Amino acid sequence: MTMMSYREAMRAALRAALLADERVFLMGEDVGHYGGCYAVSKGLLAEFGPERIRDTPLSESAFTGAGIGAALGGMRPIVELMTCNFSLLALDQILNNAATLRHMSGGQFGVPLVIRMATGGGRQLAAQHSHSLEGWYAHIPGLRVLAPATVQDARAMLAPALADPDPVLIFEHIMLYNAVAEADETLALDIDHAAIRRAGTDISLITYGGSLAKVLAAAEQLAGEGISAEVLDLRVLRPLDEAAILATAAKTRRVLIVDEGWRSGSLAAEIMARIIEGCFWELDAPPARLCSAEVPVPYAAHLEAAALPGIEAIVAAARQALGR
Amino acid sequence: MSSGKLKLDRGHCMELLRSMLHIRRFEEACAELYTQEKIRGFLHLYVGEEAVAAGLMPALAPDDAVVSTYRDHGHALARGVPASAIMAEMFGKQQGCSGGRGGSMHIFDAARRFYGGNAIVGGGLPLAVGLALADRMQGRSAVTAAIFGEGAVAEGEFHESLNLAALWQLPVLFVCENNLYAMGTALALSESETDISRKAGCYRIPSVAVDGMNVVEVEVAARRAVAAIRAGGGPQFLECRTYRFRAHSMFDAQLYRDKAEVAAWMARDPIPRFRDWAVAAGELHAADVEAIEAAVAEDVAAAIAFAEAGTLEPVETLLRHVGAEARA
Repeated sequence: MTMMSYREAMRAALRAALLADERVFLMGEDVGHYGGCYAVSKGLLAEFGPERIRDTPLSESAFTGAGIGAALGGMRPIVELMTCNFSLLALDQILNNAATLRHMSGGQFGVPLVIRMATGGGRQLAAQHSHSLEGWYAHIPGLRVLAPATVQDARAMLAPALADPDPVLIFEHIMLYNAVAEADETLALDIDHAAIRRAGTDISLITYGGSLAKVLAAAEQLAGEGISAEVLDLRVLRPLDEAAILATAAKTRRVLIVDEGWRSGSLAAEIMARIIEGCFWELDAPPARLCSAEVPVPYAAHLEAAALPGIEAIVAAARQALGR
Repeated sequence: MSSGKLKLDRGHCMELLRSMLHIRRFEEACAELYTQEKIRGFLHLYVGEEAVAAGLMPALAPDDAVVSTYRDHGHALARGVPASAIMAEMFGKQQGCSGGRGGSMHIFDAARRFYGGNAIVGGGLPLAVGLALADRMQGRSAVTAAIFGEGAVAEGEFHESLNLAALWQLPVLFVCENNLYAMGTALALSESETDISRKAGCYRIPSVAVDGMNVVEVEVAARRAVAAIRAGGGPQFLECRTYRFRAHSMFDAQLYRDKAEVAAWMARDPIPRFRDWAVAAGELHAADVEAIEAAVAEDVAAAIAFAEAGTLEPVETLLRHVGAEARA
């Protein structure tokens, strides 16, 4: 086990992938000379050179599409889209090509491409740099959507993503990069299953990505009040690990979903629907959810904090779901 | 013949005429089959533009790559995709080149490195850049031909892709089929600079504009451009000035162009133009032309029979091809 930050874990994963497979290369805005907008790829240019650590112009659509083309041509590209807010400029390529080519070609052409992007709010970056759009991407057949929420997952999820024959999107929450924890550098993890991060019996708190740490803190606080909360980290947002979701819901009989996306049409709505479809009669209370307020994320610190799901709000929502 | 200089001998004249006539007769059959409701969805015919595909494809080698548009039948046929597989695709049959999942706008053929049939205008250009990048990073000498219409020039992806290809000096041949109308919008109504070949110059990409109604001129220019790319000259740009004789799709009443303009372009039809020249030059005889017509008619008839005899995919396998059947 090695103590490392989420950022270092991601960098170690990139480095291991570049060392393991000559077909792997990283491409995106400022990934090389600058070292990555969030310093994830710092030092990789010096080690691997400009052919494999490729700075691009501010042409999200072209370099994402070029990543798709390079994947079609036998490479294993990792495209970094600085933030999911900018990924909208490449949405045509992601949806109309990456997610669709295998199907439209009758199975002839797969797109083994990994696209990484930062997501989420919390640093007062205002509306055009703070949104959580992973729920949108989780709507699209043909994509696999990952949300590593722990240092261990940051270290271990890239390798299986690169081994996948289809496009995989990795959402890295901006508040996680400085998180430090122990990670096993040799541990192999899948990109299929959700994970129970804390076992409990009174209520299931279902979440992912940047909200996991807040949910775990809330669970700790609830424990002090005599409430035993189980915490399920989705890890994979598409395809959802429905079995794990239904298992925890049926076990504790009460559910609170915490999702930094907006409430309307959210991933939380989908999870709630599946719980109602799958284990309605085993519930003791209507499933609840806590999402971001339906407002573009504001700049002012107090307003931003009020817009995003916070620990106190999670605790309050859990109490309410328990009728306390 | 793959690259290098054009040898306009009898055999090659036969092939150029055959290729153009093959596309023409195939497209005419498609129009007829559309009225019979055998083909549905959007159908964009290549009639009038045959010289571009027929002149371009002989300049490419088998391991080169092609990225096409939604008006893709002509490109696919000239690249060697069997007419039967294309026709079956349009019939929605599982024997189609895309298993019936793509239709007219999404012709794919891995064996011929034919990467579609892209129905988002400009959407194939970044793919072509990436294919060329992969070829270069893996030490292959292949060229990727990116075909697009003049309408794509208004898309950001056109500019992004030209810049990226030039910046990284990638082996991409950009082929603009300028047929003057983006669906129904005339070039002059959408571009401040209507000389498209000049736009490539902004990205330091060597460019040339040719008469896209002249198959020999297209092939000569394409061979030169491909040779320049293989010699390490980076991306090249070829604008082919052409015209579609038929409507944009089967739903187009053609309110945006007048009949005199269409007639003037039809007088420059690339097929009789080349045929008459080749006969006058003694390269082809009337009997050759008849033989080509007969062979082409036979192939198109066989393609229709193949498509008719094709079978429908069982609905039970609806969810296939969303992801790989076996994950690594």
